[in-house]
Amino acid sequence: MNKKTIKVLVPAGALGIPFDKNALINGIKQKPDLIAIDGGSTDSGPYYLGSGESKYSYSATKRDWSILMEMRAKAKVPLLIGTAGTCGTKTSVEWMLKITKEIAKENKEKIKIVTLKTDLSNKFVLEKYKTGKIKPLEGAPKINEDIINNCTNIVALAGVEQIQKAINTNADIIIAGRSTDTAIIASLPIYHGLNIASAWHGAKIAECGALATNNPNSGVVLLEFDHNGFTITPMCKNTKATPQTVFAHMLYENADPYILLEPGGYLDVSNAKYKKHKKNSVRVEGSKWYNKKPYTLKIEGARLVGFQTMSIVLIRDPKYIESIDKWIDKLKNSFYRKIKNSILVDVQLELRKIGKDATLGNLEPISIDINEVAVMAIFTANSQEKANDSAKLLNPDLLHLALTKNEPMPTFAFPFSPPEIDKGPLFEFCFHHVIEIDDPKDFFQLQFHKI
Amino acid sequence: MKTLSKITKYIRSKNAGPFWVTVDLFFKDKDSFFYACKNISNEEVSNILKIKRNHLKRFDIENLKVIKFSFPRKNIQGSRLDRDMHGASFAILFEKLSV
Repeated sequence: MNKKTIKVLVPAGALGIPFDKNALINGIKQKPDLIAIDGGSTDSGPYYLGSGESKYSYSATKRDWSILMEMRAKAKVPLLIGTAGTCGTKTSVEWMLKITKEIAKENKEKIKIVTLKTDLSNKFVLEKYKTGKIKPLEGAPKINEDIINNCTNIVALAGVEQIQKAINTNADIIIAGRSTDTAIIASLPIYHGLNIASAWHGAKIAECGALATNNPNSGVVLLEFDHNGFTITPMCKNTKATPQTVFAHMLYENADPYILLEPGGYLDVSNAKYKKHKKNSVRVEGSKWYNKKPYTLKIEGARLVGFQTMSIVLIRDPKYIESIDKWIDKLKNSFYRKIKNSILVDVQLELRKIGKDATLGNLEPISIDINEVAVMAIFTANSQEKANDSAKLLNPDLLHLALTKNEPMPTFAFPFSPPEIDKGPLFEFCFHHVIEIDDPKDFFQLQFHKI
Repeated sequence: MKTLSKITKYIRSKNAGPFWVTVDLFFKDKDSFFYACKNISNEEVSNILKIKRNHLKRFDIENLKVIKFSFPRKNIQGSRLDRDMHGASFAILFEKLSV
């Protein structure tokens, strides 16, 4: 069963990001053993993990996924998605399964689907925490029992051991919950006994599709793995991978460009050699893999910390722009005076000056003359109603608060009616930790679906 | 003295997960890279980021003519006081840095 080379086709950096369809057709002609694509990450923020929702719409996801399903049917190889539905929770796996079934039905396709859910219950994580099996990574926030209990979703990132088990079912389509971006690509070459370090390294290079080439938007790349290394080839015409573009991808979203921590060990690419291969490919050898005991999986969780309402007011009066900090202090004082001794007493208000320093805050080094500034007022409370009530309480001040006593009442510009916009729940990421486990192969459950 | 924007091709900052930010300085040529390696002080970089000196990681990567800085986020990505979901604006702080 063991093959000497394994080809993995990566259509794009993530499902939802554009890819070149002709490049995908070229890729299928190369007879890949697996089509693997990532469905998300934490990069879009805590809302998705907190709510278990996808960042992309149902219809756009269905459109892109149906193209991949069509290509899979042509290639007759498995199609695998990791971190389905942006966050990879059980609800987003179900969402992706629904889309898949709908497409299969429409195309009268008979397929076998397997789902791999990687959620952990709060109770399970709490037990592991109490027995010292949850370990912080560098820069981790402090955690405690309350934080664990308040998570709306906790997931572990599946590694190759768990993904391999899903591939081994001979399913046509594998929908995996949260997985490392790399594990979905590295699983098959590692299963076939090929070079482990190169499998992880190639997977990291291709995890964002064609971002490791000179034409990032083309999406599609082919990876060929063997016993000594891997080769990456872009599938779009006039697109090149060079030793520079490939190595440079190790920098991307990585705190350390040489070391990559993965389930069960880590990859060290310090001594890897990147060489031009044929016309537009790059051959990479020389990376190293180190197993680590005990086996760990990284975990992610998001907890509900409150509800937000936002108001925006536009200031065009030069006198007020000049004294904007003073005006903001006055607004704050007025707000906190109003909520004192009321049920809104614990509401938090933050005022950001758009046009001055809303992006960088106290790190902003530049101060220049501006003709307008927007003040964004953000109210955070323990219920949506309280957040909205607080915004309404500040409404008259945002509209009319005067800097001095003796001037005529000013009026500022509200861009909307009402100016208050309910933002909904605010979630916060709370783990930068790993969990020690004893049973990597059987840690998650697979479910089978036939159409 | 030169500002970094003069001797780099571009400067990029991005989240490295929700708890870290990483900044990549891509230099125009080897001379600029070596000049910057010698002259960028970690002290000054920590100062513009308002972080503790020992929280800053630095990698000088000759093959790519890149200097990389990574540091833990003061506000976790997307938390109440975070202003920049993807950590993309930290790059601006480096452009004006004189070395």
